[in-house]
Amino acid sequence: MNNIVAIFKKQLKDTLRNKTVLIQFVMFPIMTLITNNAIKIQEMPENFFVILFATMYIGMAPLTSIASIISEEKEKNTLRVLIMSNVKPHEYLLGIGSYVWFACMLGGLVICTVGGYDLQTSIAFMGIIAIGVLTSLLIGAIIGICSKTQMMATSITVPVMMIFSFVPMLSLFNSTIEKIARVIYSEQISRMLNQINSLQLNVENIGVIGLNILIAAILFIFIFKKCKLS
Amino acid sequence: MSNAIMANGLSVKFADNWVLNNISFEVQNGIIFGLLGPSGAGKTTLIKLLTGQLQQDHGSAELLGKDTRRLTALEHEQIGAMMDNYGLYDRLSVYDNMSFYADIYRVPHSTIIDILKSIGLYEARNTAVSKLSKGMKNRLSLARALMNNAKILFLDEPTSGLDPATTKEIHDILVEQKKKGTTIFLTTHNMFEAESICDYVILLSKGHIIEHGKPTDICRKYNHLNKLHVTLKDGMELMLENDSTSASAIKEYLEKNLIEAIHSTEPTLETAFIELTGKGLE
Repeated sequence: MNNIVAIFKKQLKDTLRNKTVLIQFVMFPIMTLITNNAIKIQEMPENFFVILFATMYIGMAPLTSIASIISEEKEKNTLRVLIMSNVKPHEYLLGIGSYVWFACMLGGLVICTVGGYDLQTSIAFMGIIAIGVLTSLLIGAIIGICSKTQMMATSITVPVMMIFSFVPMLSLFNSTIEKIARVIYSEQISRMLNQINSLQLNVENIGVIGLNILIAAILFIFIFKKCKLS
Repeated sequence: MSNAIMANGLSVKFADNWVLNNISFEVQNGIIFGLLGPSGAGKTTLIKLLTGQLQQDHGSAELLGKDTRRLTALEHEQIGAMMDNYGLYDRLSVYDNMSFYADIYRVPHSTIIDILKSIGLYEARNTAVSKLSKGMKNRLSLARALMNNAKILFLDEPTSGLDPATTKEIHDILVEQKKKGTTIFLTTHNMFEAESICDYVILLSKGHIIEHGKPTDICRKYNHLNKLHVTLKDGMELMLENDSTSASAIKEYLEKNLIEAIHSTEPTLETAFIELTGKGLE
C-alpha cells in the first residue's frame, strides 16, 4: 500500500508539470462548461453537450494518459529503476491506475455538475463514468505496457481512442455506424447517459460493457505476462 | 571474508550472439569491484543479470547468498543501483525525486537533506532534473542509490563523461561508502578509475573474462620490460634493469643529487588490456 500511495503522490506532482497529460484531464470538462453555456439550439436534447463530451472524455482521457505515462516510464528507464527498488509491477499499475482514475473522476464530476443533475441522478452519472473510465484504463494500460516508447504508444493510442471516443458521436448521425457501435462500451455508456433521468439498465448495456471489460482484462493479463513491465 | 556476489559459468545469448560467455567470479564483502571493458563488452548485461533484471541461459549467480533469479523484497532492499541512463523524473525537482524514493524505501525525509548535502546537490534541491548538468544527474542518481543504506551498490559507468573534478568527488563518495562497509560493484571503461579506486578488477572483452586480479598485480604481471626509467636533472633519460645490478648506479646518482624522477616500466591496465585484446578500452 505504501508504494501505491508513493506512486500516486509522485504522479500528482508530475502531472502538474506535464502539460500533455494535464490537458487530457481538463480539456473536456472545460469544453463542456463553455459549450453548455454558450450554445443554445432549439430542440437540442437536454444536456446534449454534457453527454457528448462525457462520452468523449471517457473514451479519450484515461486511455491516452495512462498509455502515455506507462510508455514514458518505460522509455526513460524510470520504471526499470522502480522495479529494481522493490516496487512490484502490480503496485506500480495500481498506483498509476488509481491516480488516473481519480483525476478522471474529478473531471467527470465537473461535467456532471455542469449538467445540473439532482443528487440521485448525479450518483448514477458518476457511477457510469467510473465504469467507463475503468474500461478505458484497462485498454490504455495494455497499450502502455506493450509500447517501448511514447511515440509507439501514441501511434497505437490515436486510432484506438478515435474509435472509442468519436464513434458514439458519429452514431448519432448515421444508422449503420450506430448498429456497429453497439458492440463498444463507450456507445453503451453514451446510451446510458442519454437515459440518465429514467435510467433502467438493460441486458444490452450490461452485457456489452461487461464483455468489453472481460476482453480488455484478458488482453491485459496476456500482454502483461508477455511484455512484462520493464 | 564472505562473498557478496558469486557468479558461476554465467552465459547469456541475445538472438544467436553470446553476450556473456562462461563468466565466473566472486566479490568479497566490503570491496570496490571493477568490471572493466570497452562498450559492448557485456558489462551492463552482467549488472542486469546480477540484479535480477535478466535471466541467464547457463550458469548461476548469487547475490547475498540468494539465487539472482529468485531475489525477494529482502534482497532488493539491500541493493542500490545507478544505471547507465539515470532513470530520474525529468519534470520533478531534485528534492521531489529523492522524496519519492524515500517513500518507496520508507526512509525518513530528513535523510534526504543529509544525502543531498554530502553529495553537493543541496543548493540545487528545488531545480528540475531536466535543468541539471550531466554531472549533477550522475550525482543525483548516486544519491538515490545511497538512500537505502544498501549493502551492495551497482554502479554502471558512474563517472562516464564527467569532468575530472566531478569524477574525483564521486570517487571520494565511493571510497567513503566502502569505509562504511558497502560492497561496490562498478563498471567502467576508465582505466584510471579502475586503478585508483578498485580493490579487484576483471577485464571483460566480447563477453569473456580475459584477466582478473588486483589492479597492481595485473600491471605487475604485464610488466615485461621490468626496467626502471630514470630521468636525470640534465634531461638525460636512462633505462636500467629493475634488479640489484642497477643499485650501485642509482646510489651514485642519488648521492650526487642528479635524479629528477624514477619510474618503473609497469604498464597501466589499459596497456595490459591492449596487449590481451589488441584493442583499447574506449
